Amino acid sequence: MAHLDALQQLPLSFEPSLLREVIDYDFKFPAERAAIDKELDTLSSLSVVQVKEWFQAFSQFSLSSKLEQFDWVNQPAQFVEQLSAYLWTTHQLDAFREAATAYGNRLQAAAPPEPVSERRLGIAVIGQGVAAYEAPLFRNLRPHGTYFGQIKPDNGLELLLSAVSARAEKHPVAYGHWYVDGGQPADHSPSLTCVSYQALEPVRGALLKNIQAEIKRPGMGPEELRSHLARLSPSELGMNKAGDPVLDRFQVKLLTEGSGTQIFSTTFAQWTGREVLRRAQPSTLLVRYAPRQRQRPMNELLTGNQSNPELDYTGSLIDADMGAYYQWINQQRLPGSERSAFVVWFEGHTEALAIGPSLPQGSASNSAMDLGQLVSLAAG
Amino acid sequence: MGGSPFVRGVRAAKKRKVIVITFGGGARDQETFAPEGQENIPHMLRELIPQASFFTQVTNHGILGHYVATASLATGVYETLNNFSAVPPEHPTVFEYFRKDLNRPASDAWVVAPSNGFNRIGESDYRSFGPGTGARVVLPKHLLNAATSGTTTDYEHLLRDNYETPLYTPQLVGGDFELQQLEMILKLSVDDFKAHALTVSSPDELSMYIAKRLMQEQSPSLLWITMHDIDIAHSGAYSLYVEAIRRTDRLCAELWKAVQGEPEYAGNTTLFVLPDFGRDADQDSGGNGFQHHRTGDPASRTTWMMAMGAGVREGVVYDSPMQSIDLVPTLGAVMGFSTSLSQGRPIKELV
Repeated sequence: MAHLDALQQLPLSFEPSLLREVIDYDFKFPAERAAIDKELDTLSSLSVVQVKEWFQAFSQFSLSSKLEQFDWVNQPAQFVEQLSAYLWTTHQLDAFREAATAYGNRLQAAAPPEPVSERRLGIAVIGQGVAAYEAPLFRNLRPHGTYFGQIKPDNGLELLLSAVSARAEKHPVAYGHWYVDGGQPADHSPSLTCVSYQALEPVRGALLKNIQAEIKRPGMGPEELRSHLARLSPSELGMNKAGDPVLDRFQVKLLTEGSGTQIFSTTFAQWTGREVLRRAQPSTLLVRYAPRQRQRPMNELLTGNQSNPELDYTGSLIDADMGAYYQWINQQRLPGSERSAFVVWFEGHTEALAIGPSLPQGSASNSAMDLGQLVSLAAG
Repeated sequence: MGGSPFVRGVRAAKKRKVIVITFGGGARDQETFAPEGQENIPHMLRELIPQASFFTQVTNHGILGHYVATASLATGVYETLNNFSAVPPEHPTVFEYFRKDLNRPASDAWVVAPSNGFNRIGESDYRSFGPGTGARVVLPKHLLNAATSGTTTDYEHLLRDNYETPLYTPQLVGGDFELQQLEMILKLSVDDFKAHALTVSSPDELSMYIAKRLMQEQSPSLLWITMHDIDIAHSGAYSLYVEAIRRTDRLCAELWKAVQGEPEYAGNTTLFVLPDFGRDADQDSGGNGFQHHRTGDPASRTTWMMAMGAGVREGVVYDSPMQSIDLVPTLGAVMGFSTSLSQGRPIKELV
């Protein structure tokens, strides 16, 4: 209510997207709430002339009468979906992208993010179950860090989880330290926020049943299905009402708004890492990839063989290698990126790569060390 | 040889054939022609590019959805139809221009399309062209569904229609017509078709089989094939996306080899190969890299085109920008028909 006056001055092409975020405030992570608070404070502080200047580009988008008459106050998410389709159709999307980017830059300049006290650390563990792999790994990351070829792999995962837990215990912050596992999670400290593909199996099953029921309804189409999925709540998918409502809602969205997250554990792990970084902006994130199911070729599908799907270990490693790169890119978008550290390890093997302020870029090292020592080297 | 040169010229123009392969599932430069991606396209790089004119800057300024973008490629206009509905393009297609201007029969223009949502791409609903003036469309997966219906196992759910909306498949009526197509037009029994389907690993391999069959049995002068395997990128599995690029690379080379081996096509065919658009860049925060094409950033809008065969200079690279809607007026100039309502411009390096 305190910011109602500010909201009412905003153009229709912008306001519903902000309103959508505000409506979900109670289910946002602390970092998101802080960002929304800052944005609303900034907008409220603008004069009428400044609002006009800031939003001139958005004011110039032509909208259909259907959009203008839409009940966006009560259905801002649906408005944004329809706006997106309209902007594509009317060739206005590129201009909207420019306007949005310019707004984001302006907002960041007016209200810079709080400095990060603790150096951010990201860890990716890839290639679970792969016995041997000859092709070079970490190709996209090598220019940015130091490759280590003589890592001692023993107890590697335990050492990494221990390092992550130590950070969580030293700097306890709600949703500040995460462990994402694409399979069955390993033993870990309760101080970590944990999301795993395995733990969400009942939710995935419930979601699939929900989708199959919806598809049969008359008038259902891909966009209607998408809108329906976006509105699903944790309780509708069988999640315990006594759980953490913020985390549960986040987990549901991974499955209802992510593409492929329901099918492939590697996609789930990568997308989850992306969303954790974007939304929770954690100090620490460890993503461990697990083997995904094998994509069955068409002729195999045609034989009607319904046996349990096999796992594709090598394909999963390739997926995860790219996923680790994307995890680093997404981490680098966050405040304090110049001091951030990142480690990726080929699980069970001697290869790893580390990126950190004290580590040379594009180089290699034969130093023999364990994963705990590597994390200390990268993160200080 | 008798007859005036004009008659011979008309005969030559009549014999000219064009095949267009589009990738309905964009591929980025970094997984294809950039140095780090070239390992994924050995056939295009070593066999096709040396024979081709290669255009490095083909931009799609329209909607980045596969059906609407492919329809735009086929009409030379940035269509704005609903990407998720099986509706005809609003503007005349290259097939209608071709058939109307050159008075060609229905058997002379064909489309082999990857998914049910493409079943109306052969013909627009533009008034002055009317129904029945466009291309016939074959949907190999739909054929396969028709051929396998009535068996004890339901294959439908296994043959995912497309990767953009994997949970939803536009429903097409019928199946009998499609089976008639198999037997009468392609001279292929249902059993033989099913037997062949059991030997191929992907829908695009099945599409290529059908395309080669069309070339053998119907010899269409204008054949359009849209491949789709690459779009598995939407599932987020990078290894499957790269694997599909490699398969598509091989299939393009196989088709060109088939062209050289068919008497009706050898020496008088121009092949065009182009993705409908690219995919999002790794660095764009609005997307998730290779997985989608949602941002409209330069990486998602910019792709390449390869032209080879009759009338095309070999081993030349062109960096000047062009648009994907330039394909239709270029085909018109190459084959001698008007494309009056298309909005692109003929590619001067090819006409």
